[in-house]
Amino acid sequence: MLSIKNLHVSIDNQSILNGINLEVKPGEVHAIMGPNGSGKSTLANVIAGREEYEITAGTMTYKGEDLSAMDINERALEGIFLSFQYPVEIPGVSTSNFMKHIINAGRKHKGLEELDAMQMLKFLREKVKSVGMDESMLKRSLNEGFSGGEKKRNEVLQMAVLEPSLAILDETDSGLDIDALKTVADGVNQLRNLERSFIVVTHYQRLLNYIVPDFVHVLYKGRIVKTGDRHLAVELEAKGYDWIKEEADGVSA
Amino acid sequence: MLILRLNKQKPRRMSDSMQTLEEHTRSDYKYGWSSDFETETIPKGLSEDVVRIISAKKNEPEWLLAWRLEAYKYWLTLKEPKWPNVHYPEINYQDIIFYAAPKAKKLLNSLDEVDPELLETFKKLGVPLDEQKILAGVAVDAVIDSVSVTTTYKETLSELGIIFCSFSEAVQEHPELIKKYLGSVVPHTDNYFAALNSAVFSDGSFCYIPKGVHCPMELSTYFRINAANTGQFERTLIVAEESSQVSYLEGCTAPMRDENQLHAAVVEIVAMDNAFVKYSTVQNWYPGDKNGVGGIYNFVTKRGLCAGYNSKISWTQVETGSAITWKYPSVILKGDNSTGEFYSIAVTNNYQQADTGTKMIHLGKNTKSTIISKGISAGKSQNSYRGLVKIGRKAENARNFSQCDSLLMGDKCGAHTFPYIEVENQSAQIEHEATTSKIGEDQMFYCLQRGLTEEDAVNMIVNGYCKEVFNELPMEFAVEAQKLLAISLEGSVG
Repeated sequence: MLSIKNLHVSIDNQSILNGINLEVKPGEVHAIMGPNGSGKSTLANVIAGREEYEITAGTMTYKGEDLSAMDINERALEGIFLSFQYPVEIPGVSTSNFMKHIINAGRKHKGLEELDAMQMLKFLREKVKSVGMDESMLKRSLNEGFSGGEKKRNEVLQMAVLEPSLAILDETDSGLDIDALKTVADGVNQLRNLERSFIVVTHYQRLLNYIVPDFVHVLYKGRIVKTGDRHLAVELEAKGYDWIKEEADGVSA
Repeated sequence: MLILRLNKQKPRRMSDSMQTLEEHTRSDYKYGWSSDFETETIPKGLSEDVVRIISAKKNEPEWLLAWRLEAYKYWLTLKEPKWPNVHYPEINYQDIIFYAAPKAKKLLNSLDEVDPELLETFKKLGVPLDEQKILAGVAVDAVIDSVSVTTTYKETLSELGIIFCSFSEAVQEHPELIKKYLGSVVPHTDNYFAALNSAVFSDGSFCYIPKGVHCPMELSTYFRINAANTGQFERTLIVAEESSQVSYLEGCTAPMRDENQLHAAVVEIVAMDNAFVKYSTVQNWYPGDKNGVGGIYNFVTKRGLCAGYNSKISWTQVETGSAITWKYPSVILKGDNSTGEFYSIAVTNNYQQADTGTKMIHLGKNTKSTIISKGISAGKSQNSYRGLVKIGRKAENARNFSQCDSLLMGDKCGAHTFPYIEVENQSAQIEHEATTSKIGEDQMFYCLQRGLTEEDAVNMIVNGYCKEVFNELPMEFAVEAQKLLAISLEGSVG
């Protein structure tokens, strides 16, 4: 699915990622953990193609293609989905209108007929229900005046609607109370299957109680310094990141 | 009292509008060609003789010639205004042809008799003249190069006592109405371009809604500048008698020309007691090319008079065209409890310049006005909002709400706001809100990450920004307006 080799990334000449290696196979869930400023969000954004980052070395291959040669929307259309840490507001554009556009953009790319207004409404209503949201949110301007929980649910809704091959969740748990967290996790778990891969970027272990990962990677100073299974996350929760930092700094020192 | 249900226009699915938006984002100025049907013109330049020739060609009564000549003489005493925030080389008024008309043929009874090339032009413009479009409920008074060519639906309207015809025709058929109202809202002394228009206006539309009648369909006029080097001086007059209602649409396109073309129109609206006039414009004149060469100078005076108690005049405009726009559709709120509204989207791209806004003059008691202005600047363009809210001494409890938003695309364009507020009555309540924003990289990244193209993303964001104004447009126009927005912002990203 996704193969990252020796990825170096910098922004404004400051290096953020210093040789990431990551192999994500179909159906796998990888958690990326790490202290603040370790480069987690950068990794998520670079995979999605955000432009202010400069790739100084290394390669990213997605479904056998060189990812860096693909535009942002091309990556999206080919199945990469980023659930944003801070979803943006678009005043005057209703959530349903936005959904309609992104759904039809996707369908067009796949050579499918665009959905008409009635089909669209029916489809959206079902999906809204499946992520435990109120239908009325479809009428509101995208993310405008949404609570933190509503915004994140809206991200999961979009994921459910677009059915990506590789979904990246960037700090999807931040700012969520436990109920919202469960709803969001349920939404993600419903989408898990043998083909679909996830990269779950999170600072805390609690989300991983609900979205159980196959692998846990710890990112520190732009490098993956430790990889394990779900138990690594539990260990981090108990012990904090300091021992990882010491280990890593000790090695590089 | 006669009240008719407004004809429902055939609704268009919204997906159609996005589709067309998409189709148009990459197209060049779509209306850039000129038709070859015969055009009758007079020599270049302006003089008393030219005014007389125009009047004579139109077989006008003596009083109207006198009116024109008075305006012409007054115009000679004026200087072109320099206060707008726009810049252009001096206009040589002796280098302009002040009258052009498709050569008069005999009066036509049906579309079959109309010059096929003219029909083709209408077709390209999307003017709804064919049977199918007529069923859609749009009556069209099409003005090409200053002379009305054909008018549909007139008979249906006349049964209700509604007069909807070319200005010239109205001068012949209803001289008493023209004499009474012409210049009553925009006198020739109003400003330089109004004086010019009063002297040389060629044609336009006249609309009269009798007492108690709600006009059952949207009235629309398509203006089009066609002959090269021809100034266009339209004159529109709308009179809504007591308790009447009308929605009037004006849409404009012009062919591509290298020389700048001057357009100085005047629109006057009069609304009596409890009357409501809604005037919508989609303006799409040639804006000049990407280097700022060519394009229309659009210097227009539009004003409505809420003459009666509880009357209402509402302006909605979507301005995407013209090299230079100078335009302030205004309302004089004379009748007590009258309402004035101004909803505007003004888009400038490349080297376009716009100085546009409104004036709300509160004279009567309990008068209300609303101003919603959305400016969008892209390329190297300059976009100014200029608005006056004036509360007169006797205007007890007047209220105004103004919202002026500017959206910048790129960092080489400019947005300017010049709000003027004059209050002579302390009971007035005035609110003014203004914002300036940019299409954020975050918004773009978000949309692209969901699979949208840059064009789609920009169009969607811009359409969202303009939504409050689009909501005021009749559906048919809202779709066209979205198309125009897409065309005008083409190439402004990436």
